[in-house]
This record gives sequence, C-alpha cells and structure tokens, in this order.
Amino acid sequence: MSAQSTDIATYNFAYLDEQTKRMIRRAILKGIAIPGYQVPFASREMPMPYGWGTGGVQVTASIIGPDDVLKVIDQGADDTTNAVSIRAFFKKVAKVEVTTDTARATIIQTRHRIPEHSLTAGQVLVFQVPIPEPLRFLEPRETETRKMHALEEYGLMHVKLYEDIAKHGRIATTYAYPVKVEGRYVMDPSPTPKFDNPKMHRSPALQLFGAGREKRIYAVPPFTDVVSLDFEDHPFEVQTFDQPCALCGAENVYLDEVILDDHGGHMFVCSDTDHCEKRRGDPTTPLWGGRAEGAGDLATTPATPTPALRADPPHKGEGKEAE
Amino acid sequence: MYVAVKGGEAAIANAHRLLADRRRGDRSVPALRLDQIAEQLALGVDRVMSEGSLYDRELAALAVVQARGDMIEAIFLVRAYRTTLPRFGYTCPVDTGAMQVERRVSATYKDLPGGQVLGPTFDYTHRLLDPELAAGGDVEAPTERPAEAEAMPRVSSILAHEGLIEADGDMPLDHVPGDITREPLQFPMARDIRLQALSRGDEGFLLALGYSTQRGYARNHPFVGEIRIGEVELELDVPELPFAVPLGAIRVTECQMVNQFKGSAKAPPQFTRGYGLVFGQSERKAMAMALCDRALRASELGEDVVAAAQDEEFVISHSDNVQATGFVEHLKLPHYVDFQAELDLVRRMRAEYEARENENRAEDKREAAE
Repeated sequence: MSAQSTDIATYNFAYLDEQTKRMIRRAILKGIAIPGYQVPFASREMPMPYGWGTGGVQVTASIIGPDDVLKVIDQGADDTTNAVSIRAFFKKVAKVEVTTDTARATIIQTRHRIPEHSLTAGQVLVFQVPIPEPLRFLEPRETETRKMHALEEYGLMHVKLYEDIAKHGRIATTYAYPVKVEGRYVMDPSPTPKFDNPKMHRSPALQLFGAGREKRIYAVPPFTDVVSLDFEDHPFEVQTFDQPCALCGAENVYLDEVILDDHGGHMFVCSDTDHCEKRRGDPTTPLWGGRAEGAGDLATTPATPTPALRADPPHKGEGKEAE
Repeated sequence: MYVAVKGGEAAIANAHRLLADRRRGDRSVPALRLDQIAEQLALGVDRVMSEGSLYDRELAALAVVQARGDMIEAIFLVRAYRTTLPRFGYTCPVDTGAMQVERRVSATYKDLPGGQVLGPTFDYTHRLLDPELAAGGDVEAPTERPAEAEAMPRVSSILAHEGLIEADGDMPLDHVPGDITREPLQFPMARDIRLQALSRGDEGFLLALGYSTQRGYARNHPFVGEIRIGEVELELDVPELPFAVPLGAIRVTECQMVNQFKGSAKAPPQFTRGYGLVFGQSERKAMAMALCDRALRASELGEDVVAAAQDEEFVISHSDNVQATGFVEHLKLPHYVDFQAELDLVRRMRAEYEARENENRAEDKREAAE
C-alpha cells in the first residue's frame, strides 16, 4: 500500500476506481429501496484483510467525498487498533477530515456497536458485517436462504428462538440478534450487542451494511421500522447494567468489563469512548467516583477469590427475568 | 486504577517499523532485488500471479519480498492492487493448441503428434539436497532442440475425432463469459464462472479436494490426457479495427483430464473432461483444478452429489485463500463487546444451573434422611 510517489503502483481517490464506486453505489441504492434485503455486489479485494471490515470500507469509500467528516469505531472505541487503522487509511487515500466526535461526523463506520449519542438526519452509519445472512447458521446453503427470504419463510428462525426458550429458559442470543425490517425482511444487525437493536428503530440516520467477503450490501433507510424478533410471552429485552460506568457514571449505556488483576478484580466502563470522554470533560456531569476505587479495593484484597465473588451479575433483564 | 491497553496510532506505527526491520533482516546481507526473486523463485512468483489473478512478474516479485515470503500475504497484496485497476476490455479466448510449448506430456498415449516434451520438470529429480547450489556454482547452459515444425494438437481434440469424449465447451452461442472480479458470485454457477474461481483458488485447498476424489470421495477415474506449459498469444478485439490486436504473450499451464464415465440418464457412456488452466508454471494446481472441475460437474452429468468436492457452494465458497485467511485471522481482532454479552449470559445460566443443582442435592438429602 505504498505508492503515490513511485510510478510502479498508484491509487484513485478513496482507493476504489470510479467504475467500482458506481457499482457499489448502485447496490447501496437498491438496498435502500428494499430495506433489509441483501443485495449481492462484486466486492473487491481491499488493502486490509477480509474480516477487518472490507465491506464497510468499500461502502465508505463509495460514498465519501472530500467534504465528509469521518469517524471510525471498533467495539465502540475510537482508539482500538482497527479503528485507528481504518481512519488512517481514509486520511491517507481520501485526505478527509477525521473526528472522534459522534455529533460532528457525517459518516461513522462501526464494528460491533452503535454510538450512545443519538444520531441525526444526514448522518450515515456504516456497519462492518461478517456474516450478513441471519439464517446462515440454520441453513448453510445460500441457494436455500435466498429462497426463504423470497418466500418470507422465517418459521425456522422462530423455531430456533423457541427452542432457545425451551432449552435455556430464554432466547440465548446476545449479539447479532435478528430483526425484522419494515415488516418484511429478517436482517442481521451485524454483531452488535442486542443492547443496540432499539437504536436502529426509526433512526433518523441512514444505516448501511457492508459484507465484503460475503459480497452483500444492505440498508435501513432513515425512519424505518426495525423490530427485534420475539414472542408475546417472551418479549425482547436489552441487557441492562445495575451499575454505572466506573469512569463517567453513565447509566443505560453499554459497558465493557475490564479486568484489573488476577484476583478477580474488575470494573465496568463505557464501551463508547467518545461518550465517556465527553461526559468526563463536561463539568456538569455528576461524576461517579466510587466504583473505580471499589474495584481497586478488590484488587488489593489478599485473600484468594471465591467463586461467589461475582454474586451480583452486572446485567439484568435477560429474557426470562420473572423466574 | 484503570489503565486500558489500547492500540494507539503510535503503537501501530512502531509495529510497522519493526516489521520493516524484520523484513530487511541482517543489514550485512545484501537486500534482495526483484529480478532475483522473479528469476530464481520463479514458481513462487507464478503462484502469486495465478492466485493473485494478475499477470505481472515484477509486481508479484515485489509482493513476495514485501510479504517476507508468505505466499498468501503476497497473493493478497497483488489482489488488493489489481482490484483498483480499471478494466479496458476482455481478450479473445487464448488458443492453447497454438501454444509455444515448453513442456507437454500425455499419460494416455505413448506417442502422439508433437511428441512428449519433458521440459523443466522436477518429476525425475532425486530429492537430494544439493550443496553445490548453496555454494552458488555455475550452471550449465541447457540443450534445447529446435521447435518442431509439426503441430501439437491438444489430446482432447485427438480423442474427439473418435467421438469417445464429450464435446468441448457446450456454452450457448450467445453466452457472454462472466467475470468473478466484476460481478457478484451467485449459485448455482455456470462452468466458466466456476473455472475462474478455481483458477484463483488456493492451491492447497484444491489439491486436498482433488486428492479426496482419488481416494474415493466422488471418485471420477481420471487420466491426464495432457499437461502443457508454454506461452500463448493474447489478442484484443478493438471495435475500430478489422483484426484482433496482439497484446503479447503469457505463460500458462493447462491440464486436460480425461475421465471415464459409465453414462447416466442424462449422458451416454463416454469420456468426460476436467479442465485446469493457471498462470505460469504449476502442474500441481492445474491438475488439482481439473479434478475439482470434473467433480463439480456431477449434477450436470447426472451423478449423485455425495462428497465435498462435488458440492459447488462448499468448494467455491471456501477456495479463496485471501477470504479464508481474512476471516480466520479476524478472530484476533477485539470482540470484547460480544464476549461481554456472552459472558453475562453464561454467568446467568450458570447461576440458574447451580441453584437447580443445590435444590436437587437438598432434596436427595431429605429423601435419604426419610
């Protein structure tokens, strides 16, 4: 990926050639026209490996212009290695402005999270998708799953969810939780935790999904219904945390568990780093100081940890809480 | 206090700097030049061109050295470059019958028009390490006989005269060959598309699948009708000109497998074909490709699909090593958001399980006491 200066290999604005961008834009437009439908596209090899977000990168490369402001997150964080790398890629090949500020970005490329800060009209959220087919683990054949989508035959998925409940007492899917888009297509929201599913529902932002290796693009246009699959007696519920972020005190956000030592000491902090930093930088935010120290105390406890150390699971509200 | 391990830009830059250092290695050893790689590691360069789907020895050599000799990484580098190149057009079909042949062997006929030509092959070398190579001694010039005046027809054409082998290529006249690098793959595939995918497929994967057919998983009774290696002319039709314009020559390896076939409801008993064609010199790949091609024609010929090698979705979806390595290796990227969600679920289910167990134990005790 060296280049520009030498004449042995050179690259176009945003890496992809214009023919390819047109092809991808056509796929995106088709995806927007049929919300939740997986549009096959002639995915290109990208200069990062398949699995690193090549689908998202191709979508971003096709829609980005010189005036766009790009934010890239991985696991909710701007500073994880792959987010840094993809941001640097677009800085290099498209020379666009980059930001970590969710509100300022015009395009946000993401892996595994939707930002906590609500998105606004005009913003585009680009998801990196590993396996776009929500039915893939129930039916490995593409020829079959395409038929099932065409006939709107989603019984198999409901049976799977029902079997989960029968076996485990709850729907044992915690991420990549299937959704139904605009009452028609069952869609994989990419491996975001189900915590983020409600954010997709009627979002004012345009949501684009790119799966490079699997060569599929799909989309959720702004203000589209996105409903997580469930049953009347087992309604969909998101993970909730019974403690706030140890750094900024935020509640009702998705938290990462950070291991502090090898004695079971741990703490929970915001997965969305931009959200967390904003709150900590804001003098009006009531700071939560207790948890981090509490965890620190845990860390210094000399006694060997007992298995009961985690008596209070941090999440509640998983499916069948009533029992 | 909380100190997360985060990979910043500095860490990435430093890692790349270290990589560049390790790639160069001991500075007292002269750096490799691209022409050295292209000339002396020619078969490695061929593989990179073939699976990278880009016929350019210099770029392939650059990729090999940039990848520190990691073939799949080198193939990946070439693919990522090739994909950015605009497409000017498609060449006319190459005529391998008119090939400038350097090697041509047939396992089905002892002698045939044009003869058997061994060419540069490892086949009859004794695999004894050669210390003289390490010493870098001079190498004798090869002896080469002048090119035969006699034409060297493809063995399949010879067989076809007798009507014992199926006709070559049954595509309808208006069929426009597809291009897997420009159009999305869709199953089931036409054979032209499938052959393109096989030609850039991973050598090791196709080798193993081809081997599996020989060992009885979809056995298809193959004979090497012919393998030929040499240069073929490339020509391009330009709309403004009344003739095809020659673009140059590329070196390819072609394998025509001839497979026994007892006949089915769909086709009479006859010999059938498996076809392999790859850039550069790689008999192993071309042969493996031909075995897989034949196995994948199972449903076309009315055979039962019983083994992995016959399953188009299975073979083609998993034959691309750049895709495969990407998805396998992406597991090392952070997954802590999803892991957190799973961790919570397992903890919750575990707690329920233990509560249940305790209850059972208490009950057992009660019953024992009674």
